[in-house]
Amino acid sequence: MTFSRREFMKWMAASTGAAAVAGCAGMGGPSAGRVVVIGGGYGGATAARYLKLWAPDIDVTMVERSDVFVSCPISNLVLGGNTQIGTITMGYDGLRSRGVNIVRDEAVAVDAGARQVRLASGKTLAYDRLIVSPGIDFMYDSIPGLKSADAQNRVPHAWKAGPQTVALRKQLEAMRDGGVFVFQVPMMPYRCPPGPYERVCQVADYLKKAKPRSKILLLDSNPDIVSKKGLFLAAWNGMYKGMIEYRPNSELADVDVRGMTVKLTFDSVKGDVLNVVPPHGAGSIARQAGLITANQRWCGVDWLTMESVAVKGVHVLGDATLSAPAMPKSASMANQHGKICAAAIIALLKGEPVHQEPAVMNTCYSFVDGRSAMHVTSIHQYDKGKKTLLTVKGAGGISKAASEIEGAYAWGWARNIWADALG
Amino acid sequence: MKPTLFHARCAFALLAVGFAGGAAAQESVYARNLASACFTCHGTDGRSVGGVPPALAGKSKAELLEIMKAFKSDKRPATLMHQQAKGYSDQQLEAIAGYFAGAKPGPASAAPSARVNF
Repeated sequence: MTFSRREFMKWMAASTGAAAVAGCAGMGGPSAGRVVVIGGGYGGATAARYLKLWAPDIDVTMVERSDVFVSCPISNLVLGGNTQIGTITMGYDGLRSRGVNIVRDEAVAVDAGARQVRLASGKTLAYDRLIVSPGIDFMYDSIPGLKSADAQNRVPHAWKAGPQTVALRKQLEAMRDGGVFVFQVPMMPYRCPPGPYERVCQVADYLKKAKPRSKILLLDSNPDIVSKKGLFLAAWNGMYKGMIEYRPNSELADVDVRGMTVKLTFDSVKGDVLNVVPPHGAGSIARQAGLITANQRWCGVDWLTMESVAVKGVHVLGDATLSAPAMPKSASMANQHGKICAAAIIALLKGEPVHQEPAVMNTCYSFVDGRSAMHVTSIHQYDKGKKTLLTVKGAGGISKAASEIEGAYAWGWARNIWADALG
Repeated sequence: MKPTLFHARCAFALLAVGFAGGAAAQESVYARNLASACFTCHGTDGRSVGGVPPALAGKSKAELLEIMKAFKSDKRPATLMHQQAKGYSDQQLEAIAGYFAGAKPGPASAAPSARVNF
């Protein structure tokens, strides 16, 4: 029995660890491969950090256009005056000290054939594996009145935490007592299913204390409250009784910024502060890279590796993915996508087997006021037959009621998920 | 003839090491991957920033497994752990408990603060 050295190496690499091969055959070099990560949010930062934690010999470069990370989770509390923007703003020095090369730039093109990313500065980055974690971009095309930058500042979305969060808080502070806050929300799927209803609670918490004659009008494109319905209704009909009007099936037609009016299909609603979250899809670099596979909005992935089903060698994380059944677009999921992806890329670069039974969890807390929160959680196990992550029946669930103890857990969740991405 | 024989011997030597070491190594990688879903709330490797939710690194495997099974069977009250533990098989819970038992306890590295630049 003979087999060539080459066949032997190939077989060994496929069936056992590369380290054993390196010991006998003298393989291996200083770098196990180059990974470029586009986007330093919950998905990208977590993937970059775990690549370095689990395989320090992989070169990791993360491209991010901002020099700070601003957390969407907890950002509704800034609107409610229950925390400050500084509390949810963090830096990338932790990742730098772990050996992640951070490039402050914007990725503008991906050449998957040449395995290169082109940046706005004109530089290019070569990769063996690319991770695209671009978050979302808003689809303003269908909202003529919100096309200009000026209009978007006057009617903010505040659905990406940052300057718009601060701008919306200032508008609420400047609103007269007795004013109406009008908040319009897109159809599912959108980023953070319970987010709109938490935002209503936070704004109500502020208005109840500072401007008690004011009202909140929630214009929901969806036919009903899509997350933690009973728990949110308990708050709206309890501590905020009489302040909140909920209108389902309220799809947006346009916005008249000068007239401060939200135009719906069959109705128009005037307000003192307008907050419109436009429909959104994967961030624009995903489109440029040819990663969009569903409804011209989302990127289909192989849930064992997070590799794009459209472009080889490119992995997609977070809100940009075409979600698995009943999987929310959340920071919690993006964090876990990052870990599935890091583990798979390490295995692929080192010729080790990819874990065939991944399991992930989603945990999202919503604050009803400054102290009390409630959760929703789900567990998603890989189904070999259906080739996707499916929720485990009989597991997961929601809180019985909002509570201060869960408020403390929610802050603990935030500090730990921030550390898990950036620490 | 000689080089072939050498390669064959090397191959068998590696196979022995490969199967024993490789399978155990893969199992520990899979345990790590499963446990990493818990890191989101309990901190990387179970080292929790501020201790809430509680740190898990370095706790006894038997104790962790017993607690998780008690959550799973609703014998131990919880806000959400009873809902999460039901999502895992007993074998998965054992792998997760084993991972945290082997993790080094210590302070977590928190996310660095930064100045707001807008």
